[in-house]
Amino acid sequence: MEIGLAHYLTVAAILFTLGIFGIFMNRKNVIIIMMSIELMLLAVNINLVAFSSFLGDLVGQVFTIFVLTVAAAEAAIGLAILVVYFRNRGTIAVEDINMMKG
Amino acid sequence: MVVQALAFYLFATVAVLSATAVVTVRNPVHSVLLLILTFFNAAGLFVLLGAEFLAMLLVVVYVGAVAVLFLFVVMMLDINFVEMRQGFLNYLPIGILIAVVLFVELALVGAGWTLTDEAVAVLAQPTPAGLTNVEALGQLIYTDYAYIFQAAGLVLLVAMIGAIVLTLRHREGVRRQKISEQVKRTRADTLEVKKVPVGRGI
Repeated sequence: MEIGLAHYLTVAAILFTLGIFGIFMNRKNVIIIMMSIELMLLAVNINLVAFSSFLGDLVGQVFTIFVLTVAAAEAAIGLAILVVYFRNRGTIAVEDINMMKG
Repeated sequence: MVVQALAFYLFATVAVLSATAVVTVRNPVHSVLLLILTFFNAAGLFVLLGAEFLAMLLVVVYVGAVAVLFLFVVMMLDINFVEMRQGFLNYLPIGILIAVVLFVELALVGAGWTLTDEAVAVLAQPTPAGLTNVEALGQLIYTDYAYIFQAAGLVLLVAMIGAIVLTLRHREGVRRQKISEQVKRTRADTLEVKKVPVGRGI
């Protein structure tokens, strides 16, 4: 019943995989894609905190704070872009985002 | 120990199940609410790991700010979400394939990984004994990592300004207060002294 580092790493790996899976499954809905990115960042955070806790090194937790900051900024900017895009085009489908012919 | 293990399995199971639901449910509003559930359970895992400050930060930042922002945007946009779901099953095989490949890769990395003794000897910031998690983190981020901490604040400031600039718009036909014009007004623009002849009026 001893919960070790491997347990936490497994949870983080599953969450990260689910994030990737969500990106591939919801090809039309940008909002769900952004939520999947948040899930992946959460998995990374769990990894950092787990290593920090089991190795006794606090830098991992400091780094997690910065990852959280960047995730919050990314969500704010991404949703702002989404709102502007919806205002201009009336859709948020990823397939319709082709103005730059990328 | 048993209680801790049970708590871990509870938090981990709920987190994984709700994360699965986030990417598969039909309604995006439910998706956001399940995302909030996932974050709460991840915060529980952080508490189990002894990172109380980060657990609270996760609840405040993610649940209090990011998830609510998502909820606002989902409810604000007028989108036919039933239409968005079409083609979901078409992507299922490739999605599962890539997820399985990625998970196998992660498992291989996880299985083939060991820690050397030297790595333990060269810890950058060993967790100080006798201090709470909040105290230890506070002593670290306000001293050794002060500049990076300030940079994180700048990132947030830029994000805030960027979000405002992106979504601000001036609509035609809406009368807005123009403070600069109000302040610029002088007495000469607005007042005129008329000499009114007696008995004539203007």
